[in-house]
Amino acid sequence: MKRLVLAFTLIVVPIVAPAFADAPIEVHLKNHKFSPSVIKVKANKPSMIILYNDDEGADEFDSSSLKIERVVPGRAKANIRVRALAPGKYPFMGEFHAATAQGVVIAE
Amino acid sequence: MISALIIVFREVIEAGLIVGIVLAATTGVPGRARAVTIGVVAGILGACLVAGFAGELANLFQGSGQEFFNATILLLAVAMLTWHNVWMASHGREMARELKAAGHQVRTGERTLAALSIVVGVAVLREGSEVVLFLYGIAAQGGTSATGMVAGGGLGLVGGAAVSALMYFGLLKVPAGKLFQVTSGLITLLAAGMAAQAVIFLQNGGLLEFFTDTVWDTSWLIRDDSITGKLLHTLIGYSQAPNGAQLLAYGATVLMILVLMRLVNAPAAGARHA
Repeated sequence: MKRLVLAFTLIVVPIVAPAFADAPIEVHLKNHKFSPSVIKVKANKPSMIILYNDDEGADEFDSSSLKIERVVPGRAKANIRVRALAPGKYPFMGEFHAATAQGVVIAE
Repeated sequence: MISALIIVFREVIEAGLIVGIVLAATTGVPGRARAVTIGVVAGILGACLVAGFAGELANLFQGSGQEFFNATILLLAVAMLTWHNVWMASHGREMARELKAAGHQVRTGERTLAALSIVVGVAVLREGSEVVLFLYGIAAQGGTSATGMVAGGGLGLVGGAAVSALMYFGLLKVPAGKLFQVTSGLITLLAAGMAAQAVIFLQNGGLLEFFTDTVWDTSWLIRDDSITGKLLHTLIGYSQAPNGAQLLAYGATVLMILVLMRLVNAPAAGARHA
């Protein structure tokens, strides 16, 4: 059983570092608001968001359409990989403060 | 207060459903209450540790530490769930053989309990670390709203526990003869869903770079972030827009568990025909 898991991991996990087309996009979370809250990326290319949580408390960068759930502790930063996206709008939120922490990634 | 209630409720449900299924799956196995309690307590302690070192954890592996950690513990849970199902499938055969060696039966029972204890621990750890970070953030802010938030969190905990209890007692309504078939099926889907989720974490960590295209999209029907979507995600690994690698991991896990269960069961079935 464990051997199967190992085999699965070895076969299905070839390490390929993705080349990011553009420089990482810096986003700040302050007072439970994202700035910028509208993030534009190139369609069909992976991108990287560097999220700085400037608040004291943690938050979770959460987006079902981007398939990302990433906890970011207070006063910390997180490198968030965004897969190559088909053109469109992909909303995200800070799950712990969803009332104010809202944003959208636009791939075009 | 409402936001605290909702967040805690959601996380507790996700871990609680798994605890409910594990409890139902171990009906009649001695020492299961202790095993589940150990899993929950260890999970809570682990959650506090993970929450405390969340920053350090995230910085590992070029900033993908959190993703790899989540993928690893999910795959560990998949292995343990598989192990349990396979053990249950061979259980009948072993029972007969081990009647000669008294006491051995209990030991094998303890082994699968240990596996399920780990599953419970992992579930509580994953969901719990988010609750700890969330509540810690509120506590750090202080102020008058903190009391309301703690009350909301408490209500969320009670509500989540109630839904988990419903799951458990609902499963107990299943006729005794069918119970283990039902729980084996649930555990298989649970494991497949976890494997698919692990794939997402590996993709987000930059480790898996193929079959990333969305295969179908059912977000018009059930959204991932709806309560129904979350419940289905926990139970059967529902995803509104699964990609190829996710589906592959899901299918491979179901197949692997079914084949292994069939393999350990085959001699017993042959003996019955003879």
